[in-house]
Amino acid sequence: MNPKKRRRLYFAAALVVAGMGGAVLVLGALKDNVLYFYSPSDVATKHVSPGVAFRIGGLVEKGSVSHGAHADVRFVVTDGRANVPVEFHGVLPDLFREGQGIVAMGAMNGTGTFDATEVLAKHDEKYMPPEVVDALKRSGRWKEGGT
Amino acid sequence: MTGEIGQLALALAFALSAVMAIAGLAGARETASQSRALASSAAIGMFVFVALAFGALMYAFVTSDFSVLNVAQNSHTAKPMIYKITGVWGSHEGSMLLWIFVLAIYSLFIVFAQRGSARLTSAALGVQGLLACAFLLFILFTSNPFLRLDPPPFEGAGLNPLLQDPGLAMHPPMLYIGYVGLSAAFSYAAAALITGEADAAWARAARPFMLLAWIALTLGITLGSWWAYYVLGWGGFWFWDPVENAALMPWLIATALLHSALATERTGAFRSWTLLLAILGFSLSLIGTFLVRSGVLSSVHAFASDPTRGVYILMMLVVAIGGALALFAWRAPQLQGGTAFEPVSKESALLLNNVLLSAAAATVFIGTLYPLLLDALTGQKISVGPPYFAVTFAPIFVVLIALVPFGPRLGWRNGDWRTALRVLAPALGIAMVAMLAVLAFVTPHSLVAAMACGLGVWAIAAAVIDLAKRGDIRALPIGAFASALAHLGLGVTLLGITGTTVWRSEALELLKPGQSMPIAGYNLRLDGVQLLQGPNYQAEHATISVISNGHIIATMSPEKRAYPVEGQATADTAIRTTGFSDLYIALGDERDGGWIIRAYVSPLAPFIWFGGAFMALGGLAGLWSRLRPRRAPATKLAAAE
Repeated sequence: MNPKKRRRLYFAAALVVAGMGGAVLVLGALKDNVLYFYSPSDVATKHVSPGVAFRIGGLVEKGSVSHGAHADVRFVVTDGRANVPVEFHGVLPDLFREGQGIVAMGAMNGTGTFDATEVLAKHDEKYMPPEVVDALKRSGRWKEGGT
Repeated sequence: MTGEIGQLALALAFALSAVMAIAGLAGARETASQSRALASSAAIGMFVFVALAFGALMYAFVTSDFSVLNVAQNSHTAKPMIYKITGVWGSHEGSMLLWIFVLAIYSLFIVFAQRGSARLTSAALGVQGLLACAFLLFILFTSNPFLRLDPPPFEGAGLNPLLQDPGLAMHPPMLYIGYVGLSAAFSYAAAALITGEADAAWARAARPFMLLAWIALTLGITLGSWWAYYVLGWGGFWFWDPVENAALMPWLIATALLHSALATERTGAFRSWTLLLAILGFSLSLIGTFLVRSGVLSSVHAFASDPTRGVYILMMLVVAIGGALALFAWRAPQLQGGTAFEPVSKESALLLNNVLLSAAAATVFIGTLYPLLLDALTGQKISVGPPYFAVTFAPIFVVLIALVPFGPRLGWRNGDWRTALRVLAPALGIAMVAMLAVLAFVTPHSLVAAMACGLGVWAIAAAVIDLAKRGDIRALPIGAFASALAHLGLGVTLLGITGTTVWRSEALELLKPGQSMPIAGYNLRLDGVQLLQGPNYQAEHATISVISNGHIIATMSPEKRAYPVEGQATADTAIRTTGFSDLYIALGDERDGGWIIRAYVSPLAPFIWFGGAFMALGGLAGLWSRLRPRRAPATKLAAAE
């Protein structure tokens, strides 16, 4: 085997090993570390186990926001068909308002409440999280042009 | 009037870019010296007209000419002058104009630098001309920044306040210098395939463009991360957001390209691989542009989305990437291989570097595109977040950083890892001591964090030793600092990421004026909140005393700003840094006469960006040594390499 061929062989072998290692890592990681997005209707029908992290999105129900001690806040996320109560300890985004679309990250606790670790609202008045738009369309609550 | 001038200039630039493409490609033939001269003139002409169009748009922004739709939508008379200027690239149309402006500047560089043979330069100009053609068409038909509005409104709609920030003002131009710089590397690679001159001289000719692109990408990403850190108010610096990944992927491939091209230049090794990386680097820039600009992603970067734009960019993507890869498949097998090398040698080290960086880029690529693919195929909405990248990207980088110090200490063709290890032994010792010290003294104790710190110290110490072994620091040529600085920066950034991720303290409290909250040895006392009037916003301005051991050591003032024109609010965090640690305070909502205060103490946070700066400095050192003729041949450097 001449040196050139040998070098190509090393190169190919290194690529194959790296590729296989990478594929194992990536597939394992995708299996365990993907966050699903559910609308309140999905939560009602799919029985997500408590403690499994996911993202929930919808509108903040009007009149549902209440503040507790310290920086605790509770509100209800709705897509028009189903409601999910949410609890959050932290600073809400600057554009968190009742009636507006939000996406929250967290998990259900044992009592049917969503414990949010992070709440995201739209960046500006014109923008609605696309997942929320989609969830509202599915529940028939989406009005084109009006949020 | 300026609008019409800009419009006309863009149309003329388009015509010239077509001339440049045809003449440049024709000039790849040996005898066609007239074509080559024409391509050069066309490149200069295109630059002049694109610059004129860019100047016209800037003039319209500076003078608040609201008869131009783009200005009316993205500017306001009350906006400070600096943000009127940076507002030029604050919209989709303007940012595309910036893109083509940078492309025109690079074409001008190619003309005047005349690196490589006349045929190579001409073909590279031809490919740049094709890219310019495609982008100018895109701007003229889908993203015209000079559309008129009749009658002109009395006042503009303003600019997204998140973008009204000095850090972000420089972020897009930096990223674009990087993205588009990769287009120059791409054009040289395509030119090399066309002319068959993919040799060491080719790699030398294209290197300054690769370096410039890499430096700009490094700075652009560093600035973007810093901006996210102090603007978004969560104290995070990297969110694995698809938009961030869109910039990270070209950076990873550009880093691999720099290293692979080094071998091509010295020994002629990896010729076709270097070409492929140059093609991939720019392809990823285009994919990034598509992801960010087409509206498939939702973020602060996604401007008003228009499906025709997405489709156009997608077509451009397919033609550019497909065409270049087809050219590669056709011509690359004819390339000559370089000289042989042993399994332990600098070439092998560079090869390993490339395999790891490409694998890292692939994991990011999959993590970024998999959710889009799944959504398109099944409608299932998922997001791939930090946990995925923690188990895929992080281990690859751990291996990479562990091996990085060996590269510069191995000889070309045949290296000796024992000698390298002997030279680096002190660095290994220092790293072990650092690791044990961290494990013993820093609470909460964490073995993983201690090992990460040891790894960072290993990279830093090894870079210093490498530099010291090359000879007297004061007499070294600037180029000798390049790899040492860049590798040192990698270690510094790792320390910063580790410190912030593992040892960050967080406190969140509702405070009334006079009340205080403890965090990591400090006591934060809210003295009061005033309403202040800014140039185009109203601010709730908090005054917070930082108390340590009973003494007030500082006063910090986080703000919440409301922008009435844009109907938006932003948080202006207050950060007090010692260079080794940040105290970070964000002001939240008012409630029951108090305010929610969120505070972090992030040890080593500034290191994240210091590391980026070191890497960029390393790149600059490399670039400097390339653009200046070498003084005396550096014999010590050659021996060290």
